[in-house]
Amino acid sequence: MYGSASTHDLPTTALTGLENEDPILLAEFEARINRGEKIEPGDWMPALYRKQLTRMIEQHAHSEIIGSLPEGTWITRAPGFRRKMAQMAKVQDEVGHAQLLYSAAETLGKTREEMLTDLINGKSKYSNVFNYPTPTWADSNVISWLIDAGAIVNQLANAKGSYGPYCRALDRICAEEAFHLKYGHDAVVHLATGTPIQRKMMQEALNRWWPAIMTFFGPSDKMSVHTEILMRWKVKMASNDECRNQFLDMYVPKIWEIGLTLPDANLRKNEETGQWEFTEPDWEDFKRVINGDGPCNAERIAVRRAAEENGAWVRRALLTPKTQYVRPLA
Amino acid sequence: MNPTLDLLYRLADDQLILGHRNSEWNGLGPILEEDIAFSSMAQDKLGHSLQLYSLLRALGEAEPDTVAFTRNAPQFHCCQLVELPIGEYDFSLTRHFLFDHAELLRFEALATSSYEPLAQVARKLRGELKYHALHANTWMKRLGTATDEAIERMQRSLDFTLPYALGIFEKTDAEAEIISSGLFVGEDELRGRWLESISKVLAQTALEVPDVLALTPVMGGRYGQHTEHLQPLLDEMAEVFRLDPTADW
Repeated sequence: MYGSASTHDLPTTALTGLENEDPILLAEFEARINRGEKIEPGDWMPALYRKQLTRMIEQHAHSEIIGSLPEGTWITRAPGFRRKMAQMAKVQDEVGHAQLLYSAAETLGKTREEMLTDLINGKSKYSNVFNYPTPTWADSNVISWLIDAGAIVNQLANAKGSYGPYCRALDRICAEEAFHLKYGHDAVVHLATGTPIQRKMMQEALNRWWPAIMTFFGPSDKMSVHTEILMRWKVKMASNDECRNQFLDMYVPKIWEIGLTLPDANLRKNEETGQWEFTEPDWEDFKRVINGDGPCNAERIAVRRAAEENGAWVRRALLTPKTQYVRPLA
Repeated sequence: MNPTLDLLYRLADDQLILGHRNSEWNGLGPILEEDIAFSSMAQDKLGHSLQLYSLLRALGEAEPDTVAFTRNAPQFHCCQLVELPIGEYDFSLTRHFLFDHAELLRFEALATSSYEPLAQVARKLRGELKYHALHANTWMKRLGTATDEAIERMQRSLDFTLPYALGIFEKTDAEAEIISSGLFVGEDELRGRWLESISKVLAQTALEVPDVLALTPVMGGRYGQHTEHLQPLLDEMAEVFRLDPTADW
């Protein structure tokens, strides 16, 4: 999982400051990106690039640890040895991704501790889908399959971006995500073709999650501004609508194939344009949830805060006078 | 109970329940690396319990999923130590340290068990348990020599946990036969080796070790007497499984 474009569009105020950059260095920087070179931690970069990438990688990392919570709840409830062990391994991978990503973000100058503090203070965001509940085992399976599938679409694109440490982290993450996809698909197919109780549980979970899945890639390109410079710098590699369309193209047929339905009567592929048509997601609701008023925002942050507070003594104990913070190598 | 079944149930139930508990650290660890470490150990322990339940299956007991997911607390043979809630990190670490030293030594001894299928499993598991013990030692030494706050917490946890840890070595009616048939060296022998092993590590910390053998052990688990924490754990574990017991999950 779990990164998505839904939370890293630039705020309107962030586009200032470019006029303060050295025009020669800026031109050389952009030329390097045009040539397909990777930018590395010690290299010159515009302040806006550093800020935006830090924000993006940090939010991706937060999405991994917050995203491990709704699925993690089902580790202790997973039915049978096979599922229980697989669920544990899968969720553990996500925490490992967070670890990789925090390290990648740290190469830009912000420490993990600072990032986690910003997370629990609500200063930085995570993927909005994790503000929705997972009331059944099938909901967890929907995340494992379809949210991870969405994340792969996004991350494969971003892995071709310009910042070396992030690209390398994404390469490793995508390799593991490919397994998650198989795991999630297997779990969903199993329920969708199981007993009446299992099939009902699966369909209801899919119905619950579909609106959130449709918002996973962020607002429509019509509404999303300020992405031009991010595309030019290869920070953002595909537009929200491109990602969403690719996802629908890949997964809607698979969902229908196993006998599940989707709760949108307008969902169809326009064979002439190659684009999917659907009922426009409720972007007002999306904004309301992303700004803190969703069904699980408070709970997710409270769990993270408790973990930070309960574990603070351990981190204090590790910080002996001899140890000093060291920024990780790229 | 048949001595082989008796021994296997105790081993398997300990691993299952502690594996389950360790998995609860997901998302809650003091640092991400410890979320990941506890998850790895949880996965190992689940895997170990599955191998041991599979040995039981070969001896005519029910399928591992049935045995693990449908029994109630009085039918479990785990020691009470493993069923206690994860609490704070100092308790979970101390439990992990005390339990995994015992497990490593137990499976090293079982590697020469007269019951060859168990000996084979033990030879495989001991290699994994070595890393569990190493992980515990690293953290016990680190936190047990760090800040006053950390030392005080670790000391409190050690004092609280030791009586439960002694319950690991509770004997059952089958003990004499287990030893005489060469299945296992026996709990008293294991306890002696364990005490030596943990003492070596604790001596490298600022923690004070009480006269362990003078403590009153918390017993009963091997006979199905458990704390109030086990049944809710089992209910949670079986929550989905029981929704449709006829289903293949």
